[in-house]
Amino acid sequence: MSTPTPDGLLIQAMELVARAGDPRTLDEVRVQYLGKKGALTGLLKQLGQLPPDQRREAGQAVNRSKQTLESAIAERLRALEQEQLSAQLAAEALDVTLPGRMHEPGGQHPVHRALDRILAIFAQLGFSVATGPEVEDDHHNFEALNFPAHHPARAMHDTFYLPDGRLLRTHTSPVQIRVMQQTSPPVRIVAPGRVFRADSDQTHTPQFHQVEGLLVDTDVTFADLKGLLAEFVNAFFEDELEVRLRPSYFPFTEPSAEVDVRWTGEDGAPGRWLEVLGCGMVHPHVLRNCGIDPEKYTGYAFGLGVERFAMLRYRVDDLRLFFENDLNFLRQFR
Amino acid sequence: MKINHQWLSAWVRTDLNASEVAERFTLAGLEVDQCLPVAPALEGVVVGEITEVESHPDADRLRVCRVAGDSRDRVIVCGAPNARVGLKAPLATLGTKLPGGLQIKPARLRGVASEGMLCSEPELGLGDNADGLMELPADAPVGTPLTRYLGLDDHVLDIDLTPNRADCLSVRGLARELAALTGAELNEPEFTSVEPVIDDAVEIELLAPADCPRYIGRVIRGVDVSAPTPLWMVEALRRCGMRSLGPIVDVTNYVLLELGQPMHAFDLARVNGGIRVRRAEANERMTLLDERDVALDPDMLLICDDKRPLAIGGVIGGLDSGVGEATTDILLESAWFNPASIVGRARRLGLATESAHRFERGVDPQLQRLAMERATALILDIAGGRPGPAIERADPAHLPESVTLRLRPDRVNRLLGTTLDKGEISEILKRLGMAVEEAGDALEVAPPSARRDLAIEVDLIEEVARLVGYDHLPVRRPRGRLRLLAGSESEVPGVRLRHQLAARGFQEIITWSFVSHEELVRVGQDDGAQELANPLSREMAVLRTSLLPGLLRTAGANFRRGQNDFRLFELGTCFRNGEDGFIEPARLGLLMTGRMHAEHASGPGRAIDFFDLKGEIEHLLALNRVSGKVTFRPCSESWLHPGQGASVYLDGECAGSFGQLHPELVKQLDWPKAAFVAELNADRVRRTALPSHRSGSRFPAVRRDLALLVDHGIAASDLLEAISEFGGEKIEKCIVFDEYRGPGIDKECKSLAIGLIIRDLSRTLKDDEVDALIGRVVSGLEQRFGVRLRG
Repeated sequence: MSTPTPDGLLIQAMELVARAGDPRTLDEVRVQYLGKKGALTGLLKQLGQLPPDQRREAGQAVNRSKQTLESAIAERLRALEQEQLSAQLAAEALDVTLPGRMHEPGGQHPVHRALDRILAIFAQLGFSVATGPEVEDDHHNFEALNFPAHHPARAMHDTFYLPDGRLLRTHTSPVQIRVMQQTSPPVRIVAPGRVFRADSDQTHTPQFHQVEGLLVDTDVTFADLKGLLAEFVNAFFEDELEVRLRPSYFPFTEPSAEVDVRWTGEDGAPGRWLEVLGCGMVHPHVLRNCGIDPEKYTGYAFGLGVERFAMLRYRVDDLRLFFENDLNFLRQFR
Repeated sequence: MKINHQWLSAWVRTDLNASEVAERFTLAGLEVDQCLPVAPALEGVVVGEITEVESHPDADRLRVCRVAGDSRDRVIVCGAPNARVGLKAPLATLGTKLPGGLQIKPARLRGVASEGMLCSEPELGLGDNADGLMELPADAPVGTPLTRYLGLDDHVLDIDLTPNRADCLSVRGLARELAALTGAELNEPEFTSVEPVIDDAVEIELLAPADCPRYIGRVIRGVDVSAPTPLWMVEALRRCGMRSLGPIVDVTNYVLLELGQPMHAFDLARVNGGIRVRRAEANERMTLLDERDVALDPDMLLICDDKRPLAIGGVIGGLDSGVGEATTDILLESAWFNPASIVGRARRLGLATESAHRFERGVDPQLQRLAMERATALILDIAGGRPGPAIERADPAHLPESVTLRLRPDRVNRLLGTTLDKGEISEILKRLGMAVEEAGDALEVAPPSARRDLAIEVDLIEEVARLVGYDHLPVRRPRGRLRLLAGSESEVPGVRLRHQLAARGFQEIITWSFVSHEELVRVGQDDGAQELANPLSREMAVLRTSLLPGLLRTAGANFRRGQNDFRLFELGTCFRNGEDGFIEPARLGLLMTGRMHAEHASGPGRAIDFFDLKGEIEHLLALNRVSGKVTFRPCSESWLHPGQGASVYLDGECAGSFGQLHPELVKQLDWPKAAFVAELNADRVRRTALPSHRSGSRFPAVRRDLALLVDHGIAASDLLEAISEFGGEKIEKCIVFDEYRGPGIDKECKSLAIGLIIRDLSRTLKDDEVDALIGRVVSGLEQRFGVRLRG
C-alpha cells in the first residue's frame, strides 16, 4: 500500500469541503485532515522517516496542501453562515404594510386648543395670565364694573344665581377688578376662563369660555387698542384680515366698541363682517372703584369668546358640538 | 326697534338708500340686524274694484264677480265673505306669482271661468287678517300697481339698540342721529297745540313724585272709536311691527314710534273721579290688559282713580279701564316716569311692553306736552271728538335737571390718541344737537334733553369718537415696557399636563359645570353640592362637586355612539360648599375603557385593567416629578369596585382616588364593559419638585431576589416600605416581579417575588455584607409580618 500524497489528500478533502452542507460537517472535514490525528497532520509526522534531502521538499508540499485546505474551509464556512443568515432573514420577513401596534392618540379639546393659542399670542405681547373664581358676587361681576343695580344693561346678561345671591360669573371681567384692586398700574393681563349665562339654544350654550384683556398705564389710548386687536386677529388667523371697530355699549368701558373681521367663507364668497370681540377704554368709574386715579391712568379692556374663535379657525358650524364631547368630533382637533 | 326707511326719510332726507342708511347706523353703534323689504315683490297686483257680484250657479259659498282693474274687466270667482259691489281690493292679474308661490292662471271653479284672483292680506304677505279680501280705501285709483299705491317700495331696518341709546327708540331720535351722521338737514315737523273746546278736566295728584314727577292728562269727549285708522297709519304701524287695534290705540302707538313717548288712553266712563299716581299698597291686585289677575309689589307704580288702580304706570294698562268698543270719552295720559321706578317690573310680571322698554331706559323728560298735542291732533283728525285742556302736574324737584358738562379737548386726545382741536370737537357736538360754549381751555356742553345717557365727560368723548368714526381714529402698534412673564418652575403648566395626557392617549373633554343632584348621589359626591337658584333644568340644577358625572355622561354617550376603546380626561373646576366655606377645587378626571392597544394583526391584545390606570397615574407623577413621597392605599369610595379602588397620597396627603368603576354602577348605566376612572387634585399633581443633583455611586450594584410567602391581607407597599426601613439606604430599589396565588401554596397566602437592588456609595459590597443585610431584612419582615421565605 502506497503512502497517500499531499496532493491526493488535498483533492479528496476539497471534494468533501465542497459537499459539506453545514458548519458541522465542514468541521468534521477539518478534523479528518487537519486535526491532531488528521491525514495531512499524519504526513507531517512521517516527514522524519524520509531521507533528510527529501524532507524539505516533502514538508513544503504538505504545508502547501494544508494552507490551501484551511483557506478553502474558512471560505466555505463563510458561505455557509451567509446562507444560514439569509434563510433566517427570509423566515423573519414581515408584511411591513400591516398597521403598527398603535395606541390611539388622545388630544386637546378644540376650545382649549384655540385658548392656548390665544394666550400664547398675548404672552408675546407681554400679557400675563390672571384667574379668578367662577362663583362671584354681585359687586365684582356687576357693581364694580359700573352696572348700576337694576340697570337694563344687566338684562344683557342672563345670570345664574345661587340662593344666597351670589352668582356664576357672566364674564371674566370680574378678574380685572380683582387684579386692579390688588396691584397698581401698570397692569397688563389676560383672564381666561369659563363663564355662564342662563341661555341655551342653537347659538348659545349656558357655559362658554372668555378671554378678558386689560391694560392700564399712563399713556394708553384708543389707538393702542386698535393696534393691539388688529395685531392679535392677524396673528391668530395667520391672515391679514380686515378688521373694523363699531361703537357699542358696555357699562365698564367708554368709548366701547365691537370688533368685526371680514370673513371669507369656504366657498370663497365675498367676505361678511363677523363680530368677534368687544372692547373699549376702561370706564373712569371702574378705575375709581379700584382705587386708580383716572386722571393719571388710562386703560383699555377687551373680551373675546373662545368658542367663537375656535369655530372660525377650525370651521365648526355649530357651537353646541363643543359640549357634546362626541369622540368622532373631538378627535378631529388633536 | 323696527323703523321703515320711508318714515325716516320724511324727517331727514338723504340720498342714501335703506341699506346704506343701515350701514351708517351700524358703524355709529346702532347695529342694524336686518334690512328687509316691507313687502314681497308684488308684480302684477293692482288695485281692483268689484263692479258686479252674482251668486255662483253651482256653489253656495262662491260668488262670481266682475272686476275692473286690469286692461279690461275680468270675471273672477271668489269665496270671500266681504266681496261686494264697490269694494276695492288687490287684484292679482293673470301671470302674477304670489309670495306663497301660487301662480295665477286662468281656471274654472265649479264650471265658471275665473281670470285672476282677489287677494286677502296674508296671500300678499301684507298682514294676517285672513277673514276676507284686503279692503282698500274707496279713493284708491283702480288699475294702479299695489306696490306703488301702498308705497311698498320701502325697507324696514331692525335696529338692535344698546341700552344706553333710549333716545333712538323713535323716528325722531333716529332722524336726529342720521342727520348728525350724514350732515343732512333735519325736518322736524311742527306740531301745533290743540285749542281746547270744552272745559272738562280730571284732578291729578302726584302721590309718588320721585317715581312720577310729571303727568299730563286730557279729556276728549265724543270720539268715534269705530272710525277706520287711515291706511298710511296702519301701514306705518305694520312696518314697525305693530298691529292696528282701533284709532285711539293706533294713535298712541304711532306717537310712541314717532316721538318715543309712551302714552295711554283710559275710557273716561271707567275713571271714578281723579287720577292718583302712587305706589301699590300691600296685597293689592289688579287685572291687566292681558286678562291676568296679578299681585302687585309695593315698588310698582300705579295710576289709580279715586277707588282702584287703572294701570301699572309705564308698564301696562288695566283690563277694564282701557278703550273699548263702547267708549265715547277718553282720558289721554302723557307722563314721565323715573327709569328706576319702572325697571324690572315688567319682567317680573312676565311682560315685555313697548312702554316699559322705553321708560326703563329713559324717555326724554321734556317730551310729554309735545306728545300730548301731537296725539290729540291725530285723534281729532281720525276719530273726531272735543278736546279739553291738557292738565299738567309736575314736581320740578324730581324731574331730571338739564346738565352742562365740561369737556377738555386734551382729555379727548389723550383718550383717543387724536389731535382734534377745540373747534373740531365743538363742531361735532353741535351736529348732535348740543349747545357748546367755550370756557377757557375747555368746552361747556349741554346735551339735548333726550340724551339722558350723556352725564359725564367721557360720554361726550365717546360721541366725538363715534362721529369721527372709529375707523378714522388713529392706530398705534403694540408697544410698552418689556416685562418678564416666566412662570414658576415648581408648577407644571396646565397646557403641559394636557399635552402629556394627550400623548398617553387621553382625549380632553369639556363638560357642563352643572349636573343633576341624582348624578352626584350616584357617585357619592353630593356632599357640599351647591344648588342654583334658577337652573335651566333638573339635569343642570347643581354645581358639580366632582368631574365624575361629566366623565360618566360622556363615556355613556360615546358607548351609545359605538365607541369601544377610549380614554378621556377633563381638567376643570369643581365647587363645594363645605365646612370651610365655599371652595373651587381644580380637579383632573381620567377614564379608560376597552383594549390596551387598537386591534392588531398579531392578536386581539388585552383589555385595560386596574394596573394600566395606576400606571398612568404613576407615569404622570414621575414624568412631572410631582413633589412628595407617593404612596397608595386601598380606598372605599362608593363609585369604585370595593377590591379595586385606591387613593394616592403625596407626603401622606390624599391627592385623589382611582380604580375600577363599581360594576353595579356599570350595570345601572347600561354600559357594555368595565371602565377605570380616576379623580385627582389637579393643583396638587401640578406641584413639582425642583431637580437637585446628587452624585451617583461609581460602584456596582448587586441584585438579590427574595420569594416571600405572605398573608393575603398584607399590602405589598407595606412590605416594600419595611424592606427600605430594615435594609437602610443601601437598598436602592425594590422590584416586585411576580405575585402568585393558587396551587402549591397555602390558601391564605400569596407569594411575592421581590428583587432588591443593593449598592453602596463608597465601595463595592462584599458577598458577606450583602448576606448580612438580606438577613436583617428577612428577619425584620418575619417579625413584623410573619413572612416566610419560600423554599
